[in-house]
Amino acid sequence: MSGTLFELSVSLWRGGQEGRYENYHVPRRASQTVLDVVTFVQRHLDPTLSYRFACRVGVCGSCAMTVNGRPRWTCRTHVSKVADSGRLEIGPLANLPVIKDLTTDMEQFFVKWQRAKGAFVPSQTRRDAIAQIRPDTPARVAADAAIECINCGVCYAGCDTVRWNSAYLGPAALTRAWTLINDERDAGNAARLQAISASGGCHACHSHQSCQELCPQALNPTAAIAGLKKRTTAAYLKGEIKP
Amino acid sequence: MIARQMKHRGSALWIAAMIHRLSGLALAIFLPFHFLVLALAIQGGARLDSFLRWTDQPLVKLAEGGLVFLLAVHLLGGLRILAIENFDWRDGQKQLATIAAAISVLIAAGFLATVF
Amino acid sequence: MNVRLYVWQRATAAVMAPLVLGHIALIFYATRQGLTAADILARTQGSIVWAAYYGVFVAAASIHAAIGVRNVLGEWSPLTERRAGMFALLFGLILAALGARAVAAVVL
Repeated sequence: MSGTLFELSVSLWRGGQEGRYENYHVPRRASQTVLDVVTFVQRHLDPTLSYRFACRVGVCGSCAMTVNGRPRWTCRTHVSKVADSGRLEIGPLANLPVIKDLTTDMEQFFVKWQRAKGAFVPSQTRRDAIAQIRPDTPARVAADAAIECINCGVCYAGCDTVRWNSAYLGPAALTRAWTLINDERDAGNAARLQAISASGGCHACHSHQSCQELCPQALNPTAAIAGLKKRTTAAYLKGEIKP
Repeated sequence: MIARQMKHRGSALWIAAMIHRLSGLALAIFLPFHFLVLALAIQGGARLDSFLRWTDQPLVKLAEGGLVFLLAVHLLGGLRILAIENFDWRDGQKQLATIAAAISVLIAAGFLATVF
Repeated sequence: MNVRLYVWQRATAAVMAPLVLGHIALIFYATRQGLTAADILARTQGSIVWAAYYGVFVAAASIHAAIGVRNVLGEWSPLTERRAGMFALLFGLILAALGARAVAAVVL
């Protein structure tokens, strides 16, 4: 069922892991975003709809959902760009358990972040001089190119390998590991290289590049993971990693 | 019904990855038969020759062309992956994947031209 | 897939790249010339070079294919990683055995 000049025909996922799409009619507005549409439904049509958002301006990553088959930030997705013939189908992010309606349980996403050793390990204390990090060293350039991840989960939702391999750490966690490996202040690389070389680590990536295509921050996890493959291979050949 | 899956599967790189995986599987299934045929030579050339005559049939030649395509596309796609994983990142992977597929088709066509 | 399997799979891939190119060239040559079994065997029997070429090819292909099959089974079948590994190992051994037999058949 299509929309009209004045109305959108919107299907929203209702339920948990099992459920159904329900249809709503939402008035069109100028410069309307998909988040505006979901918000309209919850405020005016069905207050039982569950969804997440926070900043509404594309800096927090909370509002990611599947829109017409693609994971997107709904606050930065203009309806005019995605609604073919006035139709929208909005569901929760894929590859994550559904809590209710459009909200998913992000726990696994963050567990894998930890498992990839995606946390900074300091090598100095506050009593040491501040580290002088040049922004133009190759390592810092590599880290900076990958650092702007806001953990929205879009890449994780779009990754086939995440879908096929429950142990796979995923593009976001591995990209964060890459930034830390390139951080000369970090002291945790021995454990980190070990963590990302195990089953489900960076070597599980098949370079489909969906993550890079989908990332709203224009990051390139495929490239970061390729960098990790190089580093771990070198470390393995030198005997620094025991698989 | 369960929550809907992704629709990104039309992308060129996803197709390239599928072709790489499926060609690998097909070659893996083919190889044991290839080895069994070659081992017919143990029984002397005559046995192998009679098999080779079977391969003169047009349908078999077409299938062989398919195999040549699978081998070439798996090789070229694999080289693209090795390049991604061992050299600096370069953009244009969709174009490279398409070129790999195109060259493989040409190689297979060239093979068919020689056998028909 | 871990770093060890990855290194073996990529290394065997790299080793096989020139071997595959040579094999494709051979396929073209043999079909163009219309070689019979006798023609082929006359060239391959007693040849250390062909034994080495295809010996290496068979070894590399067995390892490469086995690891590939392991990955696909792990991702696309309900088998556990352990079971997928066992099946793949078996497959690799069968390939290696059949391949060695085929090489022996044409060079001995």
